[in-house]
Amino acid sequence: MATIISGKAAAFAQPNVDTDVIMPKRFLKTITREGLADGTFADLRFTESGEKRPEFVLNSADWRDASILVVGDNFGCGSSREHAVWGLRQLGVDAIIGTDFGGIFYDNARKNGLALLIVSKAVRNKLLAFAGDLETLQFNIDIAAKTIKAATQIFEFEMGQTCQTALIEGKDETFDTLKLAHKIRAFESANPNATRLIVNK
Amino acid sequence: MTARTLYDKLVDAHKVCDLPGGDLLVYVDFHIMNEYTSPQAFSGLEAKGLKVWRPGAHLSVVDHVNGTRRREGPDEASKLLISNLTKNCDKHDIALYGLGDPRQGIEHVVVPEQGLVAPGMLIACGDSHTTTYGAYGALGFGIGTSEVEHVLASQTLRYQRLKSMRVIVDGGTAPGVTAKDIIMQVIKTVGAGAANGYAVEFAGSTITAQDMAGRMTICNMAVELGARAALIAADALTEAACRNKAHSGSHRFSVSDWTSDADASFDREVVINGADISPLVSWGTSPDQTLPIGSNLPSEVDMATPAAKQALTRSLGYMGLHEGQPLKGLQIDMAFIGSCTNSRIEDLRAAAKILAGRKIADGVTALIVPGSTATRIRAEAEGLDKIFSTAGFEWRPESGCSMCLAMNDDVAMDGERVASSTNRNFEGRQGRGARTHLMSPAMVAAAAIAGHITDVRDFAEKEG
Repeated sequence: MATIISGKAAAFAQPNVDTDVIMPKRFLKTITREGLADGTFADLRFTESGEKRPEFVLNSADWRDASILVVGDNFGCGSSREHAVWGLRQLGVDAIIGTDFGGIFYDNARKNGLALLIVSKAVRNKLLAFAGDLETLQFNIDIAAKTIKAATQIFEFEMGQTCQTALIEGKDETFDTLKLAHKIRAFESANPNATRLIVNK
Repeated sequence: MTARTLYDKLVDAHKVCDLPGGDLLVYVDFHIMNEYTSPQAFSGLEAKGLKVWRPGAHLSVVDHVNGTRRREGPDEASKLLISNLTKNCDKHDIALYGLGDPRQGIEHVVVPEQGLVAPGMLIACGDSHTTTYGAYGALGFGIGTSEVEHVLASQTLRYQRLKSMRVIVDGGTAPGVTAKDIIMQVIKTVGAGAANGYAVEFAGSTITAQDMAGRMTICNMAVELGARAALIAADALTEAACRNKAHSGSHRFSVSDWTSDADASFDREVVINGADISPLVSWGTSPDQTLPIGSNLPSEVDMATPAAKQALTRSLGYMGLHEGQPLKGLQIDMAFIGSCTNSRIEDLRAAAKILAGRKIADGVTALIVPGSTATRIRAEAEGLDKIFSTAGFEWRPESGCSMCLAMNDDVAMDGERVASSTNRNFEGRQGRGARTHLMSPAMVAAAAIAGHITDVRDFAEKEG
């Protein structure tokens, strides 16, 4: 996993973009993680007859290959569907810059190599302006240094260590946790309440 | 010992060990799965050659995609999700309350009915409304599919401790004000997303006066604040609600252990006066865009920033409304009572009370989907189905999430306006272009009768 993400940034300032909007329900009836690129933002990108909506930023010639989004407050709120993150990755989104994110969406992101960068409202608004301008839309993100370079300026972002390590190392958390199996067993032995429930079939 | 919040006590009690970077490994006492967020978790587990750590700690239900007229998935893709869950549960020896099982229903309605939640537990589920279990003094939260796989394999989660917020609602409420109105008032006051990164504890006399169904409605919708956990201290009512259920024997707890210490401090505190709450209705596309019935919609001039102005214009445009318009009197096409927020027997009784002896307006399609098969059977024993049917509601024989997220064939059409007892008024939530107005079940009943959004209190007065 790279520690540097560089690419075009697109401005998508709408607040409270929920996971229903990111991945509408009709794309959720699947038992795989694949084939979700077309579903991502489907109702914003396409009309009902499948034509591209010109007003959506990722449909414009200058931003269709953007890999970074600068977004409004509370992006990714709502449903737990990880399909939203899978779809964003399949659409080519590597990083999203915002002020705050829905909690489940935030946790889902790091497990799929999607970097979510938290900045202040003032910085976000500045980056929205840079992303919206053809002269300054090229961003460079350093995950290890926690910096965003845009329009020759450097901005710092917030990211917890767990998230940072996950993005840089890209390790499988399940295997990592199972290295602690002895501690899980010790917890179970010490806490009979934890294991008393056996769900009736 | 330093004073601790209920949230801290719950996290501490489930801590397996510290992890590098400051996170914790926490033990999951009980885990629930549904047919749509679990398939890739099972396939991930199998691809990695891993086994389920403790099969008895999991329950699967079919609720999101099934039809409510007939006992099956409405299309081939839904049928595949259902049969795939059956196959996975068989293979891994996991309990499944599937279609046709008398215990089937919406996961967050089934779990309390079956006595699977008790104070002090940590419960995870691949569904954001898992915050519901906070009503029992349990720590419940939604997880993604990768985390579902992690719980299956290890019975644990990697967890970041949240900040704490206490929302105190005090005093009596006016007649006609329900738990739904209380949580909608909290969301309106605090803001959607304002509790991102927080665990929210609800306290105060208005909260403790709620029955368990009301407490569940409040904790359920707390996720619309962004709260990753919602809690209400356990008390005698909680204890009583845990008795005489199928799994009551599996729990040992003392309710006094599962409350915040009197001098515990919170990172943020919000106080709301119960007397200030009116029946609320959402008008926009975010759950904090709500107003008391009787209000006019906001105007652009009231918006402080250009961004707020833009958000208002977008919401009004999607909803087919214009600024300053009265909320009361908006014609509806559909009325829906159901969802993990408001489909319990108490919700059905409240709606039936308004509908008794009345008919819904011509041109309104009205659906009622009981939260679980057991709830439906109980409601039928009380004669509630007759009241709904006589009034003109379609009493659906199968339970599930139905038109709350419209993954099945209960869908509103483009531009249709829905009075809905559900939790999310997002764009497209109840169907592409569908316009959702969130409100309490009794308010939905009143709107169905009037044919437009109206004040339930006008109906209650006539009864008196």
